[in-house]
Amino acid sequence: MTVETTWFCLLWFMMAMYAVLDGFDFGAGILHLFVARNNREREQVLQSIGPVWDGNEVWLIAAGGTMFFAFPALYATSFSGFYLPLMMVLWTLMGRALGIELRHQLKDPLWCSFWDVVFSVSSLLLTILLGAALGNVVRGVSLNTDGVFFAPLWTDFRVGDNTGVLDWYTILIAVTAAAALTHHGALWIDARTDGAVQARSGRIARIVWPVVLTLSILAAVASISVQPNIVAGLKARPWLSVVPVAAFLSLSFTRRLHRRQRSSAAFRASCVYIASMIASASISIFPYVLPARDESLSLTVTAAAAAKPGLKAALYWWVPGMLGVCFYMYFVSYRTMPASQGRVPSKPLGTAGRSSRSGH
Amino acid sequence: MGLALLIVILKTMGLRGDAVANDGARFWCRILGLTFVMGVVTGIPMEFQFGTNWSRFSEAAGGVIGQTLAMEGIFAFFLESTFLYLLLFQERRLGARAHWFAALLVLAGTWLSGFFIVCTNAWMQHPVGYTINEMGRVELASVWALLTNPWAIPQYMHTMIGTTITASFVMSSIGAFYVLRGEQLASAKRFLSLSVVVGGVASVLAAFPTGDMQAKLVHEHQPETFAAMEGHFHTETGAALVIIGQPNMETLHLDNPLEIPNMLSVLTHLRWDAEVEGLSSYDRDRWPTNVPALYYAYHIMAGLGTMFIAISFLGIISVLQGKLYSRRGLLWIYMLSLPFPFIANTAGWATAELGRQPWVIYNVMRTVDGHSAQVSGGNALFSLLGFAGMYALLSVLFFFVAVRIIAEGPVGDASRGDEPQVRLDRAPDHESEALP
Ligand code: HDD
Ligand code: HEM
Ligand code: HEM
Repeated sequence: MTVETTWFCLLWFMMAMYAVLDGFDFGAGILHLFVARNNREREQVLQSIGPVWDGNEVWLIAAGGTMFFAFPALYATSFSGFYLPLMMVLWTLMGRALGIELRHQLKDPLWCSFWDVVFSVSSLLLTILLGAALGNVVRGVSLNTDGVFFAPLWTDFRVGDNTGVLDWYTILIAVTAAAALTHHGALWIDARTDGAVQARSGRIARIVWPVVLTLSILAAVASISVQPNIVAGLKARPWLSVVPVAAFLSLSFTRRLHRRQRSSAAFRASCVYIASMIASASISIFPYVLPARDESLSLTVTAAAAAKPGLKAALYWWVPGMLGVCFYMYFVSYRTMPASQGRVPSKPLGTAGRSSRSGH
Repeated sequence: MGLALLIVILKTMGLRGDAVANDGARFWCRILGLTFVMGVVTGIPMEFQFGTNWSRFSEAAGGVIGQTLAMEGIFAFFLESTFLYLLLFQERRLGARAHWFAALLVLAGTWLSGFFIVCTNAWMQHPVGYTINEMGRVELASVWALLTNPWAIPQYMHTMIGTTITASFVMSSIGAFYVLRGEQLASAKRFLSLSVVVGGVASVLAAFPTGDMQAKLVHEHQPETFAAMEGHFHTETGAALVIIGQPNMETLHLDNPLEIPNMLSVLTHLRWDAEVEGLSSYDRDRWPTNVPALYYAYHIMAGLGTMFIAISFLGIISVLQGKLYSRRGLLWIYMLSLPFPFIANTAGWATAELGRQPWVIYNVMRTVDGHSAQVSGGNALFSLLGFAGMYALLSVLFFFVAVRIIAEGPVGDASRGDEPQVRLDRAPDHESEALP
């Protein structure tokens, strides 16, 4: 494997991690207004993601940085080409962070409801925007002979040569992403809270599951029809078809585990599902980093990559750095959850002199 | 970043059994939490704008500066975001020692983050360790050279000292506010005695050696920038150091100058009568784009720096005499000095960035060649207005929440420092006192 391909894999690894990790707090955000009806329940949802959401978002930042140095041409072309949707991504990212962190600064019902809505609406918008972005990458964009493009928000909603950000295909992917992350978030809340919030999110997960399954199948069929590279790629590397198969298997496992009340295990299966969906997207475009509607103009991994010596040198700090991060993130964030048995209780801690020491 | 340092000091005092310092640390952690959110929401757009608005620059130089930016994410942001939560909400669970350690790791995270971002900027000021390929892309030749850029080390020290000054003056200001109002006295005195000393030491370090080292670097590597910063238009021997004066770009002279004779020669060459090159000896298309703005920015920074040294001198003497809390005049000065370190920092960055113009990478790439060609002016304006609105809103929110935290004050914070619900349960009795 060349050093460029290695970085292609590492970059998509980061994107998959981001989708899995920030995915559940997007899902929690989308569901926030529905599963939590009073102040205490809202706090319960926020506390279940409170310790980890910022760390999860750093995956996006680090993925951006990695793309910046490993594939400068991709970073420059795609970020400036998707200028308008990216600005909206930034605004909604800001909205989410403010919603989570400013809410508890003031104990005023109006203040709290305002930030609850900001958090929830920006989570939903962000999921849709990022889903559409993924759809755009898989479908390909209108790169011109200078290797640049500028995507308007929409043109005529058909998958043609003159593409906008939104057309029927990218909207389908966006809706699929929203459904998949809603399901993912519901499983997370189910696994991490108790009481009424848990019961409601468990119910939502059961209702959404068939929707996720149907949309995933539709998305797979549609992707094959809009991106000819998928079939060609799978012919060249047939063993890679295990990845999409893994996606569907893990999605069905999710259902089974959830039926048996094993909500943490179901959540983990959902993580595998999301990660393999993202991995499938990366497989569908390889050897390109950004396919063009006119295939001869597509940006390939080698053309987009930075020079070899820099890429090789970067492996020496990137790999140990990332291993360290995974290690302490796991031990610190996912082991020091707010309450005993890793669930945020529906009754506040510390009221009847019960201290949080009981957990450890 | 400076605040994280002060919190670690307060927590160290707390570990030694100083309960007031521990309450104080909790209070400042709340402020840190708030600034952190602001850092997160404004920082993410910063990373994206390289690609969205500076795509040609990013494509050409991403292989180099992308590395330090990615390092910042991987080595610094993960560390901070993970341990900040422990610092803010898990004090009881962790126990005193582990909590102190979390504070230390947050400090490490913020200071590492500062290092990588300064390295990025230093490379744009003084590119090292790179080659240019046949397509005009800049390629990284040595990561090590990038991280040990001779420009980066003084710049890093100077900027970190700038943040320490800022945090110290903010702490002094709030301490002085409490003392003048006669509230929260125990904590306020702890804040003042700590921050006046730290701020004083840092103020001196900002001017000498770090500011001086930076000036020498600029003189050596960006001579036309240096001449413009100093408002030094014509080459002279025994050049004077300008204290006040208005650059006049028509006549290329300083109007109404107030100068220290020969001082500029001494500072740059350590010789009384050394020759100092003036701006007019360089090609006009190499001149910084906006000479007066650069000149003023630099003089504002250095002027405020001198003022901080003077205030700190009085402050430290008063602390040594044990009379700080009764010198109300000095406390007023400290209280009102709150905005100035922020102004000095902004002016410093303006100096660095305006001084580098017309280059986006000094001597390698011009700013006009760096932006995204396919993003139209209309779209850029649309997003600029959007961000302007967002940031205005953010400032209002920040101010509003910060004022409330300050009004509540550190005492009675014992119930805090754990998960938010602990705080919210006690809300009813708390709230009635706190709401203005
Ligand atoms: C509280 C903040 C603060 C204070 C009191 C000072 N500075 Fe400063 N200075 C900065 C905050 C700062 C900064 C924001 O941190 C800068 C901007 C870019 C950089 O590297 O650091 C900076 C840059 C900077 C530069 C580099 C400009 C360039 O790269 O073109 C010089 C020569 C000085 N400073 C010199 C001084 C001197 C002689 C000071 C004292 C009297 C001084 N600074 C006080
Ligand atoms: C091109 C320049 C910069 C970029 C791309 C950048 C990027 C970022 C990002 C992405 C974050 C969010 C981190 C998180 O989610 O945890 C952040 C936070 C922050 N940044 Fe920056 N930043 C830049 C310049 C600076 C400068 C010059 C300073 C100060 C001198 C600074 C100080 C901070 C602080 C204090 C925070 C909040 C705490 C933290 O997470 O580090 N940043 N920045
Ligand atoms: C590393 C990436 C950066 C790039 C590519 C960049 C680029 C630029 C450019 C092109 C200008 C000139 C605008 C003009 O002349 O019209 C500028 C100005 C400026 N920059 Fe930066 N800069 C960077 C980092 C920073 C950082 C980290 C700071 C401070 C925290 C900063 C603060 C400023 C200030 C204060 C000005 C002057 C305001 C102005 O000219 O309008 N810059 N920058």
